Formats: sequence, C-alpha cells, structure tokens
Amino acid sequence: MPLALMFGYILRMAAPRLELSHITKRYPAVVANSDVSLLVQPGETHAVLGENGAGKSTLMKIIHGSVQPDAGAMQFNGAAVRVRNPQESRALGISMVFQHFSLFDTLTVAENVWLGLAKSMSLAEVTAGILAKAGAYGLDVDPSRPIFTLSVGEMQRVEIIRALLTNPQLLILDEPTSVLTPQAVGKLFAVLKRLAAEGCSILYISHKLHEIRELCDACTVLRGGKVVGNCDPRAESNASLSRMMIGAEPQVPAPRKPPAPPAGAAALSVNALDLAREDQFGVDLEGISLQVRAGEIVGIAGVSGNGQRELLYALSGEDRRARAQSIELFGKPAAKMGPGRRRKLGLHFVPEERLGRGAVPPLSLARNLLLTRKEALGRGGWIRTGVLREQAAALIAGFQVKAGGPDAAAQSLSGGNLQKFIVGREIGAGPRLLIVSQPTWGVDVGAAAQIRAQILALRDAGCAVLVVSEELDELLEMSDRLYVIAKGRLSPPVDRAVASVEQLGEWMSGLWPATAVHEAMHAY
Amino acid sequence: MFPEFVTNVRHSRESGNPVTFSERRWIPAFAGMTVTDGIIIMKYETFNRLKLEARPEPSRVWSYCSPLLALLITVLIGVALFSALGKDPLRGLQVFFWEPIKSGYAIGELMVKATPLLLIALGLAVCFRSNVWNIGAEGQFIAGAIAAGGVALLADKGTGGWIVIAVLLAGTLGGMLWGGITALLRDRFNANEILVSLMLVYVADLLLGYLVYGPWKDPAGYNFPQTKTFEAVTQIPRLFAGSRVSIGLAVALAGVAALWVFLFRTRAGFALQVGGLAPAAARYAGFSSRSALWLALLVSGGAAGLAGALEVAGPIGQLTPYVPAGYGFAAIIVAFVGRLHPLGMVFAAILMSMFYIGGELAQSRLGLPKSLTGVFQGLLLFTLLACDTLVMYRIKARSA
Repeated sequence: MPLALMFGYILRMAAPRLELSHITKRYPAVVANSDVSLLVQPGETHAVLGENGAGKSTLMKIIHGSVQPDAGAMQFNGAAVRVRNPQESRALGISMVFQHFSLFDTLTVAENVWLGLAKSMSLAEVTAGILAKAGAYGLDVDPSRPIFTLSVGEMQRVEIIRALLTNPQLLILDEPTSVLTPQAVGKLFAVLKRLAAEGCSILYISHKLHEIRELCDACTVLRGGKVVGNCDPRAESNASLSRMMIGAEPQVPAPRKPPAPPAGAAALSVNALDLAREDQFGVDLEGISLQVRAGEIVGIAGVSGNGQRELLYALSGEDRRARAQSIELFGKPAAKMGPGRRRKLGLHFVPEERLGRGAVPPLSLARNLLLTRKEALGRGGWIRTGVLREQAAALIAGFQVKAGGPDAAAQSLSGGNLQKFIVGREIGAGPRLLIVSQPTWGVDVGAAAQIRAQILALRDAGCAVLVVSEELDELLEMSDRLYVIAKGRLSPPVDRAVASVEQLGEWMSGLWPATAVHEAMHAY
Repeated sequence: MFPEFVTNVRHSRESGNPVTFSERRWIPAFAGMTVTDGIIIMKYETFNRLKLEARPEPSRVWSYCSPLLALLITVLIGVALFSALGKDPLRGLQVFFWEPIKSGYAIGELMVKATPLLLIALGLAVCFRSNVWNIGAEGQFIAGAIAAGGVALLADKGTGGWIVIAVLLAGTLGGMLWGGITALLRDRFNANEILVSLMLVYVADLLLGYLVYGPWKDPAGYNFPQTKTFEAVTQIPRLFAGSRVSIGLAVALAGVAALWVFLFRTRAGFALQVGGLAPAAARYAGFSSRSALWLALLVSGGAAGLAGALEVAGPIGQLTPYVPAGYGFAAIIVAFVGRLHPLGMVFAAILMSMFYIGGELAQSRLGLPKSLTGVFQGLLLFTLLACDTLVMYRIKARSA
C-alpha cells in the first residue's frame, strides 16, 4: 500500500477531533440551531459558511461552552464531553477568536490576555509570551496599552494572540480577516496553515468565499439554523458556494458605469488638514489633502487605527478643532460647522459604529430617524408621530430591513439590518455628499451587495461619495479613485483602473513613494 | 460579598458592531458570580440550579412590574421590621398605607406632601434622562424658598394679590440660579456635577441659617430663628376650603403634562434624551451636550425652586431652619421609582408622601422613631434597583 494512502487510512481510523450530533438550540424568538451535525478531523481546516443569522455564531458558542444546547451531543477526540463554560472548553484545548471582541476596555492588552490563561503565569511571562507570538506571526501590538485605546483591527490582533497562546487543539475563528491588510491576511493564512499542519483543527467562520476556497479543506453550510450542505470548498466555485448559502443566485451588482468625464464640481475638499489627537492613543492627522467630486466614489483604504476615526470625526463635524479653511464643503469653509449645519449643506454620514453612534440602541427605529432627518418635524420641533412612523415604515420596506416595524428598538435588529436602516436613512435624505465608514462590516453577503448597489446608484445620480473601509475588495469594487491612509497621513490618489492589491497593501504600511505624488499631480 | 462591577460584553459581541462605541451596560456582580457572555452564573450552592439569562431585549412587562415587586418586598421587610420592634405588623402597615388615605382630609395632607415631591422629581427626570446627575435638588429647593421668602417679606398690608406670582417667580429663579451654578462649573471647568450640586445643598442650608439667625430674623419673634410670618396676601391660594391643598398641585399636574409633551413630542426633548442614552449618537447627530446640560439643570433647579416657594408661601408661611424637609433627596427616589416617566412619578410621589405621613403617624401612634420614613424610602429604592435586574435578565432553571 502506498504510504500516503496508508496515512490516510490511519487518519480516517483515528477519532475525529470534534463531532457534533443533532445539536438544537432554541431562543425565545428563534430556533438558532436545528439538528446540526458537524465533523472536524484532526488537522482539518473546516469552514462554516452561512449568512448572518444562519446560526453560525450560536453553534460556535455551544462548542466554546458559552451557550448550552437544548439537545444534542458533542464528542471531542472520541470522548463524549459536555462543555459547561469557556473554562472547560479551554481545558479541552478549544480556543475561540470572536468576531466581536470579548475584551475588557479598561485593562491593558497583557492583562486581558492574562485573564484567559492559566493562573500560574505571571504578568511578565504573559507579556513575554505575547511579544513572542506577535513577533512570530507578525501581529503588531503593544501589550501595555489599554484596550479602549485600540482600533478594531488591533483588538482583533489581541484576540488572535490570546487564542494562539493557549496552544489550542481546535481553534475557532469568527470572520478573522475583516480588519487585516491583504498582506496580513496572507500572513494569517500562513499561520493557520502551519497550525493545521501541526495537527491543530481549525473551524473557520466566514462569508468570504474566496478565502474559504483558498484555506479550507472541508465546508459545512448553514441556512436558517439547519445544515444545508457539506462540500469540499476547493472543488466549488464562488457561485456554487453562494448558491448553497443563500439558497438562490447571489445578487449581482449592477454593471458599473464609469463616471461621466469630467467628474463634477468638488463636493468635498480637504486642504492640508492637520489635527492633533484628541486622546493620548489617537492618531495625529498630518497634511491630509483629498478631493471628492460630484458623481464619483472615492475610497480610503487602510488598516484600522491609522487615523480613519480621527479623519471621519473631522469630516462629519463631530470634531471641530481644525482650521476653518482646511475642510471645504461645496466651496464653503466648513471645518468649524457642526454636524447639523453640514447636513443642511448636503453632507450625510454613515458611521462605523452602528449601535450607540449611528443609532440609539433602546429607541425605536422611527425615533432613530430623528437623529438626522427632519421631515416629520412640525413647527417648533414638534414631532408628528404619525408621519414619523410612516416614514420609518417606508424606509423599512424600501431598503428591505428585517425588523419588527417602526417601533422595533434599534438594538433588536441584527447588525446587517441595522446597517441597511442607517444607510437607508442617510441615502433617503437625498445627500449631495455621502460619507460611509465600513459600509459592510459584519454584514451578510446579500445585505452587503444591496448596500453597495445603493451607494453606486447614488453616485450615478450625481452624488459625491467617500467610502472609508478596511476591506480592499470592497473598495476596489466600488471606488473610482482610491487613497490609502497610514499613520495619520494620506497617500496620493490612485485611479482604480491602475490600482493593484499588492501596491495598495504596501501603501497601507505607509510606504508610498514620493515620486507617486508627482505623477498623481500630473494626472489630476 | 464584595460588590464589584464587571462590563457586560454581550452587547458588543452580539450586536454586530465594534466595541469602541457600543453600548456598555454596567451590572452589579458579587464575588462568587461569574459573568459569561451576558449570563451571570451564581455559584452559591442554593442558587446552583438557577441562573440569570440576558433577555434579547428589555422586558416591557418587568419595567412596569419591577416597582410593584419592589413595593411588595419593601412591605414584607417592613412587616419583619415591625415584628422585630415588638409592634403589631398589621397595625404598622395600617399606619403607613391606610391612615394616609382613609379620609378626605388625610388625602389632602397626602397631596400637600406629594406636590413638592412631584414637582422636584419632574425636573430631576429631565436631568437624569439626559445623564446629568443633579443630586442637589434639596439645595435648589432651599434657594427657591429663600428667594420666595425674600419677596414675600417685602409684602405689607397694602400689597395686591400679584405678589403670589412674584413669590413663585422668585422661587423659580432662585432655584434656577442655584442649578445654574452647577451647570456653570460643569460647563466651564468640567467639575463633577454630582459633587458640586450635593455640596451646594449645604451651602444653601447655611445661607438659610445665616438669614434666619441674622438679618431676616423676626424682631418680635422672641429670638427664635425665624422670619416674621408672611402677610396673608402672599399665601398660595388653596384649591378647596377645609384642605391645605393649594394651586401647587394643579401646577405640578400641569408640569406632568408639559414634561410628557416635552419628552415625547418635541425634538428638543428627544435630543436631550439621546444625550443621556448614547452620547456618541448625540454628538453624531449634532445635538449640543452643553445646551442639554444647561437646560437640564435650569429646568430641574427651577422646578425645585418653585416647590420651595410653594412650601414657604404655602403650608409653612415663614422661613425657618426647618424649611428643608428632605424633599429634594426623596424626589430622587420618586424619579426612579416612577421610571422617570411623568405619569409614573405621580404614583411614586404619592407613595413617598405616604411614607412621610406614615413615619409621622408611627411616631405619634406607635411610639416609633420618625426616621422610619427614611428606612422605608431607602428600602424601596434598594429593592427597586435589585428588581430592575429582571428588566434585563430572566431567571431560568439551569439545564443540568
């Protein structure tokens, strides 16, 4: 018998790393998992694919022990186990990197990691361990910084390092690449492939089909809490995976029309904007210059924590410390204007944080309209509740928001649906300039395609659009022109037609050549 | 059991948004509990079969039932307290919950005490809903009483009925001034409004003491620390003959309607509440946190000052060191027991008023100290905060 076959035979005979049988979990409002079975072999990288709300996260939490199933059994390395809490799963060798982080804001990176580890280690040992793993995997993070000062991307790095420090047998990753540069994704994949080669099994949750096809050697597809398919993703196409996941052909984005040349008048121009950081761990903005014209989509790429937050605060009017002339809206110096006055000029803004900034969590959707819309207001700021509810109902219907109705609390919506609502609210206002941050962060494929299509339609209608995103694919799909932000400075603009992933990835680490500035100057 | 606070990470993890600006909710936890994914697991043997599970959204039913359950527990603890003191618990309950409503006159007295509580609580609700922690309504009440008293002392035999309006206006302005000091210090120097407003209570108290022991002391008052009795013309008009209920009650009820409209039907009220619920969203929308601060403190100061004016020109009729009766502090409990809702606070004010009268009656009828009032008020707030856990969490038997 050839050696390879024999190994395969032994592998098949060995107990699977993880076996879930007939897992069911009911919540008051919804059955999150219904009769789900899953088999993961040692050293296998197994994808769990599904739209938002398909039950992926609940299933992972059951494995991780933070949620108890109502029915079903779990076997780990051939032995029946009952994981009652995350400590027990950790003792088994299961580690999880959450999509939304379970970090204590006021503690430092090292202290957070320490919390999740064996208590015998000292903080100094943990710090050394973090630096070692960070160095080995190129996950740059300072162990002494408090979490609340970190960007989203940096927090994810902490989560990944924390998981790696436990030397897990089964590593669960929930959408881990959404905040990494392409180069960093490549590095992460190298790490994951190495882990898998070392015998660690990986459960990889994602909706990015090309990542799954590149990385994983088995795939379980969930839809509506049920398993709808098992496959080898390497043998599938994006379209076939997508079909399994959604149960229908994916929504194809409308063919892009190039902007009518020449692009229209400048809607937004930022002129050598310098802005000192507001808090000690913020980023200083230095000499930022950019233009957005009517009828074009301009993208700003970059790894989070490089000044995007600060720039957006200055653009939206939430931070008004900049020189008056440094931000011009439709030719008017606007840096000293508050968000309300900028909105009157036609600037609408979709922030990255949906709950707590873009929407008030406990208030109804109808009430949340009042944050940026005034149609339902009568004289003296009187709220015409009937009009307001109708307006919300129309928005919910028009943008296919899955919600209990105009009175549903914003916090009761899933991330994707709340994003649809907020994007709908801002687009519905008929903006002349729309600024969107992370338009599809944590949003499922269908909703993401819908949001992108709406933004493109808005551009075609002559609106100027500025998109700030950490997802390069998204920016390349939508933008007409791209900038890269790194360390508080902005790169020269680059036309989408000539932009490459490699080049932009390099620029994301702040390495754009000085000559490119000149070329860009000539180009524009 | 050492209380400690832990961050509930559920919202950041499940809400589908980054943690940086996501809602953070603080929940009290005690040693021996662990918090995992929004679930508090109590490790005590007795509770081993029970757990608190985070609700998908706050329970509407429990936000109404929690005050009722809190009242029930307060009553039960009260029964135990009366028994421990060697009194008949039934008699004790009767004194607190039946005597204050058994006759028209008694109900009138109930309203006399409920009026200032309600007025102050209405103002405080504006503050608390906008995340401005004005703890010094008592000081604003005193400042209003002093200002109103000062105007009332100007009246003589020939003064017309307009003086009542002047007295009420002066009281309101006095309270606004006192609230305004807190707003100014917070706005200008970012001073903590909790401490400032609380400290200003003692300043106002000392100011009142200075005036009634010094310049405003009644020369014909046998050296008692009090002003002369105000002229009859300054007396706040009463609503009915034979009852001490004054137009203050009507003013407070009008305030209830006005607050409801302001909170739920105007953009200004909406903006104020967004500032309290999600400061980042208020900043995003462009609602000014400074104007919210000023508005909240001026409104609540004004309401407390008006209550002070109604007291001194109503039931008291002169300034004495005993004008402050703790209404400003009790109103904090009224505001929370009433869920910061205008209508809820009406019931809460009546309840707290019952405790006031019950405490006095317990002193005269049962020979118990009057401070029983404070015990009951404190118990009610304490149990309410405990019961409010049920708004966000449900108790479930653990599947073993």
